[in-house]
Amino acid sequence: MKGRAFWLSMVAALVAGLLLTHFIDNDYYFNALYVILQGTVMAVAWNILGGFTGYVNFGSAGFFAVGAYTSIALGKAFGQDFPLPIMIMAAALVCGLIGLGLGYLTLRLKGVYFSIATLAMAIVFETLMNNWAYVGGARGAYILTPDSHLWFNSYIEMLFVLMLLLTLGSIAISRALNASRLGRGLAAIRDDEVAAECAGVPTLKLKLISATIMGAMMGVAGAPYPYFVTFVDPASAFSLFVAVNAIAMPMIGGTAHWIGPVIGALLVGTAQQVITVTVSSELNVLFVGIMLVVFISMAPQGIVGLVQKFRARRAR
Amino acid sequence: MLSVDLFANAIVAGLLLGGFYAAVSIGLAITFGQLDIVNIAHPAFVVAGSYAAYILNSEFGLDPVLIGLLMAPLFFFVGIAIYRVYYAAFERTGQESLSGLAFFFGLMFIIEVLLIMAYGVDYRLVSAPYIGQSIDIGFVGLPYRMLVPFGVAAALTAGIYLYLSRTFMGRAILAVAQDRLALQLMGADPVKIKQFAFGLAIATTAIAGSLLIIIGPVEPSLGRQYIGRAFAIVVLGGMGSIPGMAIAALLIGVVETMVATFMGPSWSPAVSFGVLLLTLALRPSGLFGRK
Amino acid sequence: MTVPVLTAGGITKRFGGFIALQNVDLHVNAGERLGLIGPNGSGKTTLINCISGALFNDEGSIEFEGRNITRMPAYQRARLGVARSFQIPKPFRSMSVLENLRVPLEYAAWSRSEHRRITDEAMDVLEQIGLKGRAHENSAGLTQVDMRKLELARALAAKPRLLVSDEAMAGLSSAEVDEILEILLALNRRGVAVIMIEHIMRAVMRFSERVVVLDAGQKIAEGTPEEIVRNPLVERAYLGE
Repeated sequence: MKGRAFWLSMVAALVAGLLLTHFIDNDYYFNALYVILQGTVMAVAWNILGGFTGYVNFGSAGFFAVGAYTSIALGKAFGQDFPLPIMIMAAALVCGLIGLGLGYLTLRLKGVYFSIATLAMAIVFETLMNNWAYVGGARGAYILTPDSHLWFNSYIEMLFVLMLLLTLGSIAISRALNASRLGRGLAAIRDDEVAAECAGVPTLKLKLISATIMGAMMGVAGAPYPYFVTFVDPASAFSLFVAVNAIAMPMIGGTAHWIGPVIGALLVGTAQQVITVTVSSELNVLFVGIMLVVFISMAPQGIVGLVQKFRARRAR
Repeated sequence: MLSVDLFANAIVAGLLLGGFYAAVSIGLAITFGQLDIVNIAHPAFVVAGSYAAYILNSEFGLDPVLIGLLMAPLFFFVGIAIYRVYYAAFERTGQESLSGLAFFFGLMFIIEVLLIMAYGVDYRLVSAPYIGQSIDIGFVGLPYRMLVPFGVAAALTAGIYLYLSRTFMGRAILAVAQDRLALQLMGADPVKIKQFAFGLAIATTAIAGSLLIIIGPVEPSLGRQYIGRAFAIVVLGGMGSIPGMAIAALLIGVVETMVATFMGPSWSPAVSFGVLLLTLALRPSGLFGRK
Repeated sequence: MTVPVLTAGGITKRFGGFIALQNVDLHVNAGERLGLIGPNGSGKTTLINCISGALFNDEGSIEFEGRNITRMPAYQRARLGVARSFQIPKPFRSMSVLENLRVPLEYAAWSRSEHRRITDEAMDVLEQIGLKGRAHENSAGLTQVDMRKLELARALAAKPRLLVSDEAMAGLSSAEVDEILEILLALNRRGVAVIMIEHIMRAVMRFSERVVVLDAGQKIAEGTPEEIVRNPLVERAYLGE
């Protein structure tokens, strides 16, 4: 997508979102859209390390939940009216540092060790939150949403627009990264780490940058979550479903290109909403798992790869 | 002051628990340690084994350990089928690192969700005459629900160890990882051997699963806690060394029980993961690994 | 022409109990063409891994243009001007041929590149190597010989002072060997020192000004190609007793 077309569609998405809040009153739609957008940010974030750099993170739910708990802790400390943007920035900082630290410990090793360590990280933080009474411990915490919702009709409408902005921001970052010198360095690492190092790419440094951005972005996705659900306990915040979605959406959409996780997240996220409403939420969960396995076995390049193949065939 | 009997009980209970952990980890020591296949779904298969034990036990009243042994051949063939898919889709095309990992992650998820859909999220358990009984030696209590799994796990571990070191096929499995040339000289097809070894690893989960449900009630997502344990044990044990794995399992069992006794059970899930992170950061070759 | 660009002294590398390199000295003069030969398993690849930074030697030191690089990571050595090609080609498979060259231009040679002309510079390199026509093809689909050329092109794009070419000709036809040889000679004429590791004796002897022979981790001979051919130790290393 060329620069102007990209920015035009970004603005169009934002305007469309604002128009929705103007014309639609049913909060259900904003709930559903919020979930889809939250999934998109997670998928875009996962792809920065998983797709661009080639290191699989299984602990997405850990980053997400720590982001959410950062907000809860700040809310407890400074009151429920503590500004949400600052909470989001704090979550980005905390989760970025976790990504950096985890990367520092394990990114020198083979990729699988990093992957296993991410699983470990999620469980360690879940245990910590289970035992940290200040943020509710295992019993969970209720969150009062602030009374003010700016000029929007309801609080959920405001959260939806906020998440839309965060989504567009993360997509813009991911796209800029993909086409940049840094992005080419990451792709070189994914393709062949030894050759990358010999071509002058500081592989460890780039992997750490990538892990930090991923962590920060996931923290951002998690930070408004307490205000969205109003009740958070470790079991729901660290849900495996969050982690599976974060992997499945990019894998289904295609990992090499920035647009892959966006396509995957919108498709899978929408399908999930439809299935949850029309059939059942368990089937929805199963659907993602099966889609993930089917896609990675049969179409490892995802939907983007299928489209590219189709185009190449037509060009010939 | 720590009371001596509490301490002694924790040590004994930890060793029994650790022995059982060896049964959960031994299959992973083969797949991850020897074959270099990162089967994250391994604990999910263990839980599937528990449900097999639950179904046959409640339907026909069979002994859980016996069910584990009966189910092992079935699991063996399931394992072979999964390896075939894995090989065709990932290993052959050299994509095992990224896609292969996600494949097993998805598999784990599917197993868990299928169990939830079929049996719900309630805890399930088995009945056997020895569950609930215990023998007391001095002030140390030895419940049979821990003793039986320990004994079976010890037999399983010893059996696999002897199989790998004494038989032609076992040596071929070890050679797949370490010595490709020797494998060629033996005239063996590495893919066939890996397929067999993967089947063997999944077969052990049928037995480990029956032990898991003897120890306590089981629900579908229980496997997740065992991901960290099993990987921590295999990495700490030095990737694929069976004796190293067994010692690491006992160690983790004791430390976990100590933490549960003296800090509270809600802290114990973090033990193995903490150990895993520390091992990866400080000594990735494990306690007994070749450098 | 006798200023050394690379000086490696007393290089020892062990893998567990196995000694892959034992007290090896090696120097390369600026603009020199050095052949490095030896039977399989003699330590050639280990030695160049130590030089390029893929492995760290246990003992000994390495100096490049007067700087001690013994503990320097590979990417920094690449930035100083040490480039290598791989025996088994390692293209960046998701990228086109042109993009493959952008990586070293944007990293190894970043401080010496014109940042606005990266694409032109990459095209120049492809022209020299004879891959210009394939610039926009996917690198994973290249033929064997083009894959080898891409390896060299990528090394070249790093703007090296020293190029280590690891068996760039193995498995190629006689005409293709000449083609690669010509590329290396042209490169050398522009002042780049080259270490060539090769099994094809015809190519090594034609190319090298000086030849070093490794056997079982030790340097057993060094001299002009003519001297090496007549050296009885070398003959014994290759043919056995």
